[in-house]
Amino acid sequence: MTTPTHVVSAGADLFADAVAEQAVAVTRVDWRPPMPGTEADLAVVAADPLRRDANQRALAAMLGVTAHLVDVAPASELLGLEPGQFLHAGPPIAWERASGPLRGALMGGAALEGLVEDPEDAVALFEKGSDVSLEPCHHRGTVGPMAGVVTPSMWMFVLEDLATGARTHCSLNEGLGKVLRYGAYGPEVLTRLRWMREVLGPLLQRAVRSTVDSTGPVDVTGILTQMLQMGDEAHNRNRAGTLMLLRDLAPAMVASGADASDVAESLRFIGGNDHFFLNLAMPACKLALDAARGIDGSTMVVAMARNGTDFGIQVAGTGDEWFTGPAQLADGLFLGDYGPDDANPDIGDSAITETAGIGGFAMATAPAIVRLVGGSVPDALATTRRMHEITLGENPRWTVPVLEFQGVPSGIDVTRVCRTGILPQINTGMAGRQAGVGQVGAGLVTPPAEIFPKALASLAERSRSRR
Amino acid sequence: MTDLTHVELRAGAYADSVTLLQVSRTVQGIEGVAAAQVAMATALNIEVLTQMGFEVPADADANAMVVALRLDDESALERALAGVDEALRDAGRRDAGPAETAPPRTTATALRGSSDGIALVSVPGASALVEAMDALDAGRDVMIFSDNVPLEQELALKRTAAGRGLLVMGPDCGTAVVGGLGLGFANTVAPGPVGIVAASGTGCQQLLALLDHAGVGVGSALGVGGRDLSADVRGLSTREAMRRLDADPAVELLVVVSKPPAEDVAAEIREYAATLDTPVEFALLGAGQADLTTAAERVLQRLGRGVPTWPVAGEAARATTGTGLRGLFVGGTLCDEAMLIAAASLGPVHSNIPLSPPTLALGPDLAAPADGAGHTMVDFGDDALTAGRAHPMIDPTLRLEHLARVAADERTAVVLLDVVLGHGSETDPAAALAPAIAAVRQPVVVAVVGTDADPQGLRRQVTALVDAGAEVHLSNAAATRRAIDLLPDTREGH
Repeated sequence: MTTPTHVVSAGADLFADAVAEQAVAVTRVDWRPPMPGTEADLAVVAADPLRRDANQRALAAMLGVTAHLVDVAPASELLGLEPGQFLHAGPPIAWERASGPLRGALMGGAALEGLVEDPEDAVALFEKGSDVSLEPCHHRGTVGPMAGVVTPSMWMFVLEDLATGARTHCSLNEGLGKVLRYGAYGPEVLTRLRWMREVLGPLLQRAVRSTVDSTGPVDVTGILTQMLQMGDEAHNRNRAGTLMLLRDLAPAMVASGADASDVAESLRFIGGNDHFFLNLAMPACKLALDAARGIDGSTMVVAMARNGTDFGIQVAGTGDEWFTGPAQLADGLFLGDYGPDDANPDIGDSAITETAGIGGFAMATAPAIVRLVGGSVPDALATTRRMHEITLGENPRWTVPVLEFQGVPSGIDVTRVCRTGILPQINTGMAGRQAGVGQVGAGLVTPPAEIFPKALASLAERSRSRR
Repeated sequence: MTDLTHVELRAGAYADSVTLLQVSRTVQGIEGVAAAQVAMATALNIEVLTQMGFEVPADADANAMVVALRLDDESALERALAGVDEALRDAGRRDAGPAETAPPRTTATALRGSSDGIALVSVPGASALVEAMDALDAGRDVMIFSDNVPLEQELALKRTAAGRGLLVMGPDCGTAVVGGLGLGFANTVAPGPVGIVAASGTGCQQLLALLDHAGVGVGSALGVGGRDLSADVRGLSTREAMRRLDADPAVELLVVVSKPPAEDVAAEIREYAATLDTPVEFALLGAGQADLTTAAERVLQRLGRGVPTWPVAGEAARATTGTGLRGLFVGGTLCDEAMLIAAASLGPVHSNIPLSPPTLALGPDLAAPADGAGHTMVDFGDDALTAGRAHPMIDPTLRLEHLARVAADERTAVVLLDVVLGHGSETDPAAALAPAIAAVRQPVVVAVVGTDADPQGLRRQVTALVDAGAEVHLSNAAATRRAIDLLPDTREGH
């Protein structure tokens, strides 16, 4: 037999030393015990004969999807959403347990739909509960940033996987500061939402439809590929992506025949909102991850989402089950006078970007974001490298120039998280704890650690039952 | 409370919003500053500043930077403004710091990006399958040194490997030599015509040491774990290892060595051996079977080499007190072999790894049964004695403690020990063992398994033990027979 040229040693250093003494290259694994109580479940899942192929299929399914912007239309048309039906971010939750910003957004949404005149009156409506219903965005092929509240009259982007016809949706981004998704519901918030409903939505619909007809639908996955090379990580920084979208849609907007001042206002609104593209990045990520759902034996995470109270994950091999724990407070910088006491725990479906390998996972390509927590450029590189420890593979399309064009870490593996204790790194905005406040800061956050052993236990249970 | 505010516009100054958030936070930390906001004068920021109670000049636009400070007292202004300038300047600079790559945290990530190489797993048994499966998933062979791995996990690993044409060496595989590279506890031997498949770590080492002494090299010695030829595992790894060595043109003779195997499995493996191109010599321990030294002699004969006289150094005197033989082993297979030899002439031997009837099992104190004059052999490398602690070839503490107890027991007639050299073992086992032997008044016979090229130095170890009063053999079988011979001649008195 040929002499091995390389040995990977996990465990006692003295055996690695012995290999090194024989002049053979040795890589030492920095092995540490897994999360407490997970050894038995880890062994069961690792030994599951379905796991390896299932994970390969899940990863390939996710990486194989390209998302195109095919339409813009109201949620009532697209999702069949009816008055009184509200979508929200994260795993399921009722009004009683809803956090301040989610309540604020629901109140504003109720006023937008004309269910109440004054948003404050909506509290009674939701407490009564009989005329309203709450449902996660994820259950309707949708993702929503922050509170993620979607009401029937809101206009939505429609993204499609042209190969399969699968679709996902997301509302239009309102900008920063006092906005509905951060729980603000003041008059200026509702005025802006009405303008988006009356002017921006219809204009974008015409522009998107005529772009589809002339040059074909905008390749959102392609824009993501480019923006990752331009300093955006597509969660907290979407500047390049927004401008590229504008470049693609502006001609059709101008040529739409709409009132010139409406076109100008819309162009100004989009160009002035660095986060406008986030609402395309998110459904593009969901579209890719949805392709990996329902693969028995796969340990890949297909959704991470927060409702401001709970942080939940879904896994390819465990169907629609949510594994939840308390949402954490972000560590970051605060706007104005706000401080940690003003911040609400983590909220929003936007962690779908990290689930797909961008956002916090692509920190290395957007070093500016690291300063949100007082970090440094080496921290950004280290974060992306660290995420490779808990992911199944790399995305050959989405690459990081400064890491020699290495693909972003893709496909969070529940077992690797439990083994290493390394939690997914999420870049996020911070909403005010009180309904109506709006954004108070931005920073970094992780899921609660305990949801990964919970998901692992379910995977192990399913594996045992298949034996 | 005094409430002094200072607002100034810096036209043409620019920094990105994240930098400015940082600057604001830094300035806020300066003594005498109650609040600080340094921002580009965008509409949103002006709104925020207004809410904070600052009056922003009407001519502010997004191309200007606004510095807004609320101070506890006026004297703080100069300090605060200096702080703003400093923070803005520093924001552009950071200690570059090396962008070091952290070491991999799992076997899977360590194997990424290299196209060959094998994995060596010695993590606690409860986590061994997970690391080893990483290697199989990456299409690599793996050696699992870890013990305390449940049987069903061993089966899961070996079945997976069998389906992929991969080799799992272990679990509880103490020794392997893969193409000349020693893994785990491996002796340093020259390459040569022999290929070994070993369901026994120290059994393999005994063969390596004897063949080395006879001048015959070993190209590869593939450990498969002590349970591989059991009725449960059924030689899954043994077959793959034999297949690999059969395909290796450098191997002229294949040797399969094992702890006592399940009979039907041994028969299956013999059948499999008959299908190979390379001749196979078996050294399967068991009652009535050849011992390891005899097997080594057969190997030499089949290769047409002479059989040397196995070396002995020192000479122990016949026992004059006590009745029992006490074997204290670090090598499980060496313990098995000694029990087989002793049982043939002395009758039943008590042990923590008894050969057959469980009635011979020792209690947790490992002490000889209170009644009668039984003989005992203890394997200190057994799983039960290594859970949560290092193998006795690394940590001799347990055996040294037991040796002192055995020496103090008046029933002890002769002490039989093994010392196993090679990579991974204690760097100088005689350093602690020789003084302990010197303190034993009963005769002591030691099998020292090793080669001259081993890091510990075979000769140096033997000399130290002989100087302490021990009689030292290279052959464990010879050492055992000698120890039996040294027992007081009172056996007919039973």
